[in-house]
Amino acid sequence: MAARRFESTGSTGTLLHIDWTRCDGRGLCTELLGDQLDRDEWGYPLARVDSGSLEARDRSNVPIPADQQDAAADAVALCPVQALRLVPRP
Amino acid sequence: MDAALWAIGRGTGVVGLVALTLAVLLGIVTRSGRPLPGLPRFAITLVHRNLSLVACVFVLIHVVALFFDSFAQLTLLDFVVPFFGSFLPFWQGLGTVAVDLLIAVTVTALLRNRLGLRAFRLVHWLTYALWPIALAHAIGNGTDGTSPWFLWLAGISTLAVVAALSWRVSARFVEFRSVRTGETS
Ligand code: SF4
Repeated sequence: MAARRFESTGSTGTLLHIDWTRCDGRGLCTELLGDQLDRDEWGYPLARVDSGSLEARDRSNVPIPADQQDAAADAVALCPVQALRLVPRP
Repeated sequence: MDAALWAIGRGTGVVGLVALTLAVLLGIVTRSGRPLPGLPRFAITLVHRNLSLVACVFVLIHVVALFFDSFAQLTLLDFVVPFFGSFLPFWQGLGTVAVDLLIAVTVTALLRNRLGLRAFRLVHWLTYALWPIALAHAIGNGTDGTSPWFLWLAGISTLAVVAALSWRVSARFVEFRSVRTGETS
């Protein structure tokens, strides 16, 4: 889990897409990506508003900074209900 | 040589069962979506997975050691088809059933993200059969199966699993249950 640390924290070409029809709010992703994801009052993940989301209100597509790529990949692999996907940024 | 194989077979069987028990307990905690003190949610998932794999390794050594042991007289058939053993065929057969289930559960777990959630979950539920079968095999077939220390271990393990299961089916199991409504399972 040792996330590699890069100097740059700029966003890369990937977005973490949260599939709301599947997400069960189990909170693994919010632990792994604490700077990008917040938990709502029911435990479901939301993109942090200050995380530079493409469209201001698009809180299910989370821009992933370069130094969080590994953490995001871990979150995708570990989500217990396969609700996460990494998608290229349009 | 036989004495060594026998000892390895016994020891790895017991350690494998303990690892399996802990893996089952952590699997239930994983499902609850709750962290443990000092162990965040993703870590519980990882420890659950790693303990399960450790259990598989010990079971593999257990089976291979006893295959080469001349007293147990295992054949290749006994690895996959239960109840044909020459020594305590019923209790040994339970071990074979447990191995078959363990293979199914492990393979589908490793391929989880490719298989899809439904298939994974269906097969993963077999663990609730696998664990008691493995325990019964240990008690009925194990050299130490009915010695007091093992029965203590078995009793404590059973208590722990039953307690975790009752929590599992209780209403307050899932985190945020109190603020969520209309959620099943
Ligand atoms: S890990 Fe998966 S189920 Fe859990 S909150 Fe994140 S997206 Fe939802």
